[in-house]
Amino acid sequence: MIKRSFVVFLLLVLGVAVYEAFRQAPFGQNRIGDVENPQSVSAFYLKHSPETLHTANSVTAIVVNFRGFDTLGEVTVLFLAATGLASILYRRKEEEEAAEKGHLPQRIQLPSSVLVRTGAKILFPLILMLGIYVFVHGHLTPGGGFQGGAIIATGFLLMFITYKRFNVNHNVLIWLESLSGLAFVLTGVYGLISYGSFLQNTGWTGRLNDLISGGLIPLIYIFIGIKVGTELTNVLDTLLHTKPRRNE
Amino acid sequence: MSNYQEIISQYRPLLEIIVYGSAVALILIGLYAVLVKKHLVKLVIGLSLIDSGVNLLFVGVGYVTNHTAPIFSPGFETAADKMVDPVPQALVLTAIVIGFAVTALALSLVIRLYRHHKTANVEQLNRLRW
Amino acid sequence: MILLILLVVLAVVLLAAAVYATIQKDLLYAVLATGVVSLALSVFFYLLQAPDVAITEAAIGIALTTIIFIITIRNTTRDEDKYSEDMINRFKTEKE
Repeated sequence: MIKRSFVVFLLLVLGVAVYEAFRQAPFGQNRIGDVENPQSVSAFYLKHSPETLHTANSVTAIVVNFRGFDTLGEVTVLFLAATGLASILYRRKEEEEAAEKGHLPQRIQLPSSVLVRTGAKILFPLILMLGIYVFVHGHLTPGGGFQGGAIIATGFLLMFITYKRFNVNHNVLIWLESLSGLAFVLTGVYGLISYGSFLQNTGWTGRLNDLISGGLIPLIYIFIGIKVGTELTNVLDTLLHTKPRRNE
Repeated sequence: MSNYQEIISQYRPLLEIIVYGSAVALILIGLYAVLVKKHLVKLVIGLSLIDSGVNLLFVGVGYVTNHTAPIFSPGFETAADKMVDPVPQALVLTAIVIGFAVTALALSLVIRLYRHHKTANVEQLNRLRW
Repeated sequence: MILLILLVVLAVVLLAAAVYATIQKDLLYAVLATGVVSLALSVFFYLLQAPDVAITEAAIGIALTTIIFIITIRNTTRDEDKYSEDMINRFKTEKE
């Protein structure tokens, strides 16, 4: 009890400190400055996103182009997390077969009802289409590769929990993931060779608010969408089908 | 929309308390769960609450009164001086995805620890005690 | 005025769900409460003019994070005070 009240006291002190620190940056104040003559990095991004890159969504322009190297690192972190998860929950093949034979107690799994099965079958292609729409239009509307990939993984999740026998081919997933990651890096190298800087955009960027505009931005976001979608599907598949090892 | 903007500028101090206050409170609740709770899943829930609180704090700092989302639509191509700060939004976008990856890795470790030690209590796992 | 009330209600829901997720002993309900936290947070982001972040939080925070927590609970224990249990015994009682 003494420990708990001590923790609460410490947290209150910490909370007051953090709150007072953020009071120094008043809510709703304009800290961007003049956009035409940019003095801050936000104003620079807001000026050059429509003028130079012709990208309607400034957040996409920052994530993919101005800070594209950062995004490459983020995709790498996601990949490493998925790999680490798979290696933590790894089982050898003979253990898998032993578990299949019923040495271990398994939960009783009733099949889903007809309503759920039919609904999932109808909704699955629509969810996939929504995900693809979100990452193809990432430079025009809110959304992008990460959101679209997450929506696609949600669609696969619906099928995983509805149909017990629904399986995705792991080789296809791994190849799609690797190829899209490689394509992302190759796009960056193309910029490095042609324009002298990694992930540099092309000179031709189209017109603002066109579907084909922003140069390499939609292309890179499509690669990121495929990569994130397959990766998250892989994570969910690994977690859903994990069973205890024999000696544990 | 104009009604909404008027209200926002009228009640700015109250909104500051609401947004910053709920973000800091989320961080504190998450830290409390991490420090006091014994079950491993509760610890990970606390970590994800801290994550959400920090994200809300960032987006709250980037908000500008009476400005719109940083997306140019047809007919409003020169509206850049009436937009909120896009940099915190891009940062938070990456932070949410990384947060999911970290949570998934932590939960897989929880599953392995439970299977190995047959317990999910921090007190019984000697090395995680504080 | 209605929108201000909406923001206050949203903050109250957010904090109440967070506190509930912390003190609830049944972990399944606690995890569902974190889903409610993500939902309220997503609407918050939308009202703070960040639609990109709102979509990300909706897709990842509500759906994927909740489901991986539920899978973990299925593989460990559901009751917070019961740190371990005999899986074989539970299998027998479920069968009966």
